[in-house]
Amino acid sequence: MSLETQSPVRAAEEPSGPIRHRRKLPRLAPLALYAAGVAVGALLSALTGFSLALTVFYGAVLGTLAVYAGSRAVEGRRKATDRLVTALVTTAFAVAMVPLVSLVYTVLDKGLARFDGQFFTNSMFRVVGEGGGAYHAILGTLIITALAAAISVPIGLLTSIYLVEYGSGRLKKSITFFVDVMTGIPSIVAGLFAFALFTLIFGNGIRLGVMGAVALSVLMIPVVVRSCEEVLKLVPNELREASYALGVPKWRTVVKVVLPTAIAGLGTGVTLAVARVVGETAPLLVTVGLITGTNLNPFDGRMATLPVFAYYQLTQPGVDAQAFLDRAWTAALLLIIIVMALNIVARLISRFFAPKTGH
Amino acid sequence: MAKRIEVSDLNIYYGNFLAVEGVNVAIEPRSITALIGPSGCGKSTFLRSLNRMHEVLPGARVEGKVVMDGQDLYAADTDPVDVRRSIGMVFQRPNPFPTMSIYDNVIAGNRLNSKRMKKAEADEVVEKSLRGANLWAEVKDRLDRPGSGLSGGQQQRLCIARAIAVEPDVLLMDEPCSALDPISTLAIEDLMAELKERFTIVIVTHNMQQAARVSEQTGFFNLNGVGQPGRLIEFNPTEKIFSNPDEKATEDYISGRFG
Amino acid sequence: MTATKAPTEPPGQRTVRRPGDRLFAASAKGSGIFILLVLAGVAAFLISRALPALVAPAEDIPGGAGLAGYIAPLVVGTLLAAVLALLVATPLAVAIALYVAYYAPRRVAAALGYVIDLLAAIPSVVYGFWGLTVLAPALLPFHEWAAEYLGWIPLFAGPASNTGRTMFTVGLVLAVMILPIISAISREVFIQAPALHREAALALGATRWEMIKMAVIPYGKSGVIAGAMLGLGRALGETMAVAIVLSGGAAATLNLISNSSPSTIASNIALRFPEATGLDVNTLIASGLVLFLITLAVNMLARWIVNRRADFSGAN
Repeated sequence: MSLETQSPVRAAEEPSGPIRHRRKLPRLAPLALYAAGVAVGALLSALTGFSLALTVFYGAVLGTLAVYAGSRAVEGRRKATDRLVTALVTTAFAVAMVPLVSLVYTVLDKGLARFDGQFFTNSMFRVVGEGGGAYHAILGTLIITALAAAISVPIGLLTSIYLVEYGSGRLKKSITFFVDVMTGIPSIVAGLFAFALFTLIFGNGIRLGVMGAVALSVLMIPVVVRSCEEVLKLVPNELREASYALGVPKWRTVVKVVLPTAIAGLGTGVTLAVARVVGETAPLLVTVGLITGTNLNPFDGRMATLPVFAYYQLTQPGVDAQAFLDRAWTAALLLIIIVMALNIVARLISRFFAPKTGH
Repeated sequence: MAKRIEVSDLNIYYGNFLAVEGVNVAIEPRSITALIGPSGCGKSTFLRSLNRMHEVLPGARVEGKVVMDGQDLYAADTDPVDVRRSIGMVFQRPNPFPTMSIYDNVIAGNRLNSKRMKKAEADEVVEKSLRGANLWAEVKDRLDRPGSGLSGGQQQRLCIARAIAVEPDVLLMDEPCSALDPISTLAIEDLMAELKERFTIVIVTHNMQQAARVSEQTGFFNLNGVGQPGRLIEFNPTEKIFSNPDEKATEDYISGRFG
Repeated sequence: MTATKAPTEPPGQRTVRRPGDRLFAASAKGSGIFILLVLAGVAAFLISRALPALVAPAEDIPGGAGLAGYIAPLVVGTLLAAVLALLVATPLAVAIALYVAYYAPRRVAAALGYVIDLLAAIPSVVYGFWGLTVLAPALLPFHEWAAEYLGWIPLFAGPASNTGRTMFTVGLVLAVMILPIISAISREVFIQAPALHREAALALGATRWEMIKMAVIPYGKSGVIAGAMLGLGRALGETMAVAIVLSGGAAATLNLISNSSPSTIASNIALRFPEATGLDVNTLIASGLVLFLITLAVNMLARWIVNRRADFSGAN
């Protein structure tokens, strides 16, 4: 570590006092240096035909170098390094924002064209060009996701109850471990599993909504277990003891004291788990397929789902290609809206259903 | 209905660790028995073994006998849940159920066991228990507010109301005032003096003045060293313990010469 | 507790258990066991459906080069895309985590963290749309530039693709997708760096960067590694974004910017499965099994690192 603050020469020229004042760059100097960097960057990029991206890029690099050099000259090496890292870290964050902004802008830009009533009320039945909609796919996604939740939530919740309230020893350890491992199963593999399971029983050609629900459950269960486990662990032991001391059996304590106390967190966790699987495409592609008409029975044949619908509209457009692309982007927009809405709902649940303190 | 508890040769284990050794004591009905002693001496463990609450920790078990009016609490066919229904407990930190109103907290022992109750009957139990806990006047206008909105002392009295609402025979109190301010402490001590007319009360306390103020009998727990089991050193009328104890260790502890 | 381990069933202590308790405990335990069975089932069913492809003569497998010959280029593609994504995403994610944890203004830090998390919420098929429509054309100039000036590096040997739908673009899309995973875990461990150490560093007169170097990064290193491994697992298994963006061949090449890059296992399944029949199905499932094993290994490694770290910090 540098000791320059303590060098006697420096101390002699500084004003005396308990706290030595070190030389510092003026507060606005970095900003000015960055502005200069951008200006030079604009000139540079003008040499090769002006482009905004290049200007910003040159500006950031030049500005950072200028601030580093300036700080190094005035404030010393340590402070200069600190400023350099600050610039790098901030830039990294800005860079990460670029795809997010670009993606949201693109989806809005292209998706709003067909974000109309017809999209929500019509299916693709006998539609070859313009018109049509995702009515069948929206309902299919709702049904299959709901079915997946109906499978995953009881299993996931009961497992988390086992892990927190009952589990001990080897079994608890191995369940925890394998639930973690299960979180990493690729979604396409979950789809293949459901496919293998059902085709083994019903033969090769089978495609059912419920197959998709089973595939999504494989992805959803570990998420539900993990989030519910975290939440149940947060319930204070004192409440369990208070209940036991009233002569309440353990299972009633869990059902009537622990779960109600944790209900906000449980709701949030389940909602986020739904959000995690509602946009899954690959497992549905191999298990549910796609149809143009409306099929609301998950136990009878192929169904349409929003992600698969979007995928095929984009990758296999028909005669009027633009109409297909428009529908694809609108479906993508709708997917993002659904996922965001679920995220917001999850936040609201944790805010409004948290135990009231009365203060 | 207050009941008498007789404990004979009680050893309490956590796994293979012997926490409390060889306790023999008789706890009289309609009186307050105080348990004092330095930290870690096993007095709370002993208290929790009286209503089998210590079993909540995995690996906890006992040897010996605890008999309440002829019924062996540790007999093979005794359900710990039934034991806890007749021996209630109040904890160190007030722990009202955060999801329930004051009213529901008081009636929790019945509701959680799905005992069917008419509205009027439930109202009566709530009022009686809250009056019994000296809390009725303070909360009767806001029974539907959450119990966690009360002050610490009020919360503790709410917990006492909740414990007596299930009509237990015995009330165990594990340092019920240690988290409270002096005024709330006095309120709880007054309450104990009233409650002993109806219940057998056993209280663990760190506060020797409190033991001297409220109890008829006092037991002194101590241990020889870290890792050694705790023992009941002396059990005598409170007056005798604090004026002329039989054991040297008791006198040293009470006069503050160790610990 | 204090002294020794608790024996599971203490001698001489019989407890009465109520039927309700027994039933509830059994169903909770049953659910846990069911999850283990599901995981075993995933492996078992995949193996049983992959079996015909494993025993079939080499010339019956699509491509005619046997199962290994079919899957090997896909494995190369899968690893190439995932490693590229990891190399791009990890430094960026660490910087973002540091920014949110220690640089961003306090009042907005939580909101910024949430914005980054939103990246994880966007469905992968939408990333595919974006990669195909926006990123691939935008990267075209880079492809040409790289082929011209970096061509001596095998990775950029060219000839440059004229669509931008290359392994390079795929790697960047995947990097964006795994960014939030790595940065979320890194952020968590960075925030958990003991305040005592951080304040001690600052009290010694350290600058913010020196404090982070001394007290935060050593503490969070294994967390970052574990996050990166989880990100890698996600990138290996990512299907739709690759399937939509990549337009490659079948050769096992490391060339990132040409049209000949191999596909990945997952995207190959997504593209071929809907039309597959007979032995093709078994072959694809066999390739899925390989993917399952690869991700399983990566994830178990990641969990092992996380757990080792937990043991380590528990000892303090």
